[in-house]
Amino acid sequence: MKNKILICVGTSGLSAGANEVADNFLSELKKHKLSDKYKIIKTGDKGLFVDVIVEIIDSKETTYINVKPDDVSKIFNSHIVKNELYKKRLANENYKKFFKDQKRIVLKNCGEIDPEKIDSYLERDGYKALQKTFKMSRAKVLNEVTDSGLKGRGGGGFSTGVKWGFGKKANSDTKYIICNADEGDPGAFMDRSILESDPHAVLEGMIIAGYTIGANNGYIYCRAEYPLAIKRLNIAIDQAKERGFLGNNILGTDFSFNLKIKAGAGAFVCGEETALIASIEGRRGRPKSRPPFPANQGLWEYPTIINNVETLANIRHIIINGSKWFASKGTENSSGTKVFALAGKIKNTGLVEVPMGTTIKELVFGPGGGLSNKRKKFKAVQLGGPSGGCLPESLIDTPIDFESINKTGAIMGSGGMIVMDESTCMVDMAKYFLKFTVAESCGKCVPCRVGLKRMLETLETITDGKGEQEHIEFLKEMSPTINETSLCGLGQTAPNPVLTTLKYFPEEYEEHITDKKCRSKVCESLLEFEVIPEKCTKCGLCFKACPTDALEWKKGEVAYINKDKCIKCKACFEACNFDAII
Amino acid sequence: MAEIIKKTKSLITKHGKERSALIPLLQNVQTEYGYVPKESIDLIAEELSIFPVEVYGVLTFYSQFHLNPPGKHTIRVCQGTACHVMGGKVILDNLSDKLGIEDGETTEDELFSLERVACLGTCGIAPVVAIDEKFYGNVKLNEIDDILNKYRETNEK
Repeated sequence: MKNKILICVGTSGLSAGANEVADNFLSELKKHKLSDKYKIIKTGDKGLFVDVIVEIIDSKETTYINVKPDDVSKIFNSHIVKNELYKKRLANENYKKFFKDQKRIVLKNCGEIDPEKIDSYLERDGYKALQKTFKMSRAKVLNEVTDSGLKGRGGGGFSTGVKWGFGKKANSDTKYIICNADEGDPGAFMDRSILESDPHAVLEGMIIAGYTIGANNGYIYCRAEYPLAIKRLNIAIDQAKERGFLGNNILGTDFSFNLKIKAGAGAFVCGEETALIASIEGRRGRPKSRPPFPANQGLWEYPTIINNVETLANIRHIIINGSKWFASKGTENSSGTKVFALAGKIKNTGLVEVPMGTTIKELVFGPGGGLSNKRKKFKAVQLGGPSGGCLPESLIDTPIDFESINKTGAIMGSGGMIVMDESTCMVDMAKYFLKFTVAESCGKCVPCRVGLKRMLETLETITDGKGEQEHIEFLKEMSPTINETSLCGLGQTAPNPVLTTLKYFPEEYEEHITDKKCRSKVCESLLEFEVIPEKCTKCGLCFKACPTDALEWKKGEVAYINKDKCIKCKACFEACNFDAII
Repeated sequence: MAEIIKKTKSLITKHGKERSALIPLLQNVQTEYGYVPKESIDLIAEELSIFPVEVYGVLTFYSQFHLNPPGKHTIRVCQGTACHVMGGKVILDNLSDKLGIEDGETTEDELFSLERVACLGTCGIAPVVAIDEKFYGNVKLNEIDDILNKYRETNEK
């Protein structure tokens, strides 16, 4: 068998020069006449951002990380020509631990297969689940999915089996399956990675869903901001058609299923089911009141089932391994695994898949590797994006399953998890998310359109240093009103970031209002930086870090900050190793 | 002008006249010109048998669409959560200062347009700035001049 060189070519890999790395390996192979000994496979993202990742599968099975295009000839000469490991770029213990602490089901193929070649997918049991499905009755497939306990991974957490049941029951000759790939939560990128690294898994899930409910047509609604995902989906659809997994009379059966891709046009609210349908129909993406639910009256008024990318990618594993196998993972009410996008002030940013019920602490300090800056103290994790909330250190032992997270006031959401240390201001975070929801509100209903705007103005007053005690009362009063009276999930959940920060970090609001201080040094109006001459070691690090001319320093002299030129970017503050800038 | 009409007509033939073709059609027009010209809007409305105001409605609802020609290079600054926590706002403010334009505007020399985006989905390399299709990760304030100059120099050549 040929040896393999796996190179991660995802969006982040590409930004680090993955294509050049692959080209360089190719020319080295040619130069040394080894093209028949090694095969180069371009994979999708593996899930950890240490690009470019290169795995050489031969007798030594070695992973190299942070590989630059210039490193290739050195790695090649050492590893392949001289048969010695190239130590400088070897994957470290941290890298190994990141993967060891996970339970990868949905991400199993990510970084292992070539997403642009269907054979690569077929080698790893691709479309086996579909073949098995055709030997089962529709009712049996539905039972399997229902019994597995799989819940929607896009944020809602509604039982996938029950949803499919509605679709199957709906009486109509025309039905639709839609894959919701409009991943909009800032800080979540699992759907992009799955689509880029393993697109066939999503297609297979959709075809099985179509067979089960009796739908012959499907749409994938994908964000236009993900050009690589759209490109690879198109390739996957063409290849699946060629091999008879997609199209008319699939695998010789009487079942036909056709798929189209619709690119979103940049509207967060289109992640909401009825807004998404409006967008596919060519209209403004505004939600409708429910009922009727899309399962009965959806796309062009026909029964429509909408599932998220990660949900669909789970289906093939449930069919192959059975519902009992799936239900045995995770907790009683939240079965299976969940993919989290770890980011922020954390050592290992990337995609982590763990069984439901894993605690926040296990996730952050296990695969996450702890905080990125060990000098700073852990403050909070933000779960669930703009609909979620910030949880403090005291809740770090909370198990991550739908029920436990809901109890805290945050939500599981699509699995974005942003870690924050003491340099993140909680009032600013609340303001940040409100700014987002205000900008993305479709404007249809008043509580969301006007109410959120008033809340944002109030928060801006507080961070500008003009806050009064009554502002807190106002926020507390507005939040439940907006939650109860908004039409769709966007408005209903938008106050969550404010409510959770008020609940868990009241002292920070208090400080902004009473002391006019921002302890995290984020809120510009409350900041003024200066150098403490006694502590300054005259090293000049701050001078080098300053992007404007605000910092004045000469060798051997104490630094000075010109406040008129200072843009309060914190670069000097972060650069100083001696706490001489406050 | 005649060229725009001709091109738009061929795109309408390609996408069809169904209402559901409207967004892909507008996206395709924008790929051609970098924005959706007024002439295209009127023609599309007529051909799809809808009012021009409905086309405007769709164009102004979705943040992807532009009604004015963009600069030669589009700078997109990510304002996602991870980027925000890692200082994405300061990067945006700084770029805005350096270029002398706000979000959605184009520089006088028509070289750069500036856009804030909700999230580029590359949180692992936050803060992120994307210029056209190229992604710059872990951007630091003092790297911005170098990045911009690269594009300025190529333009002069």
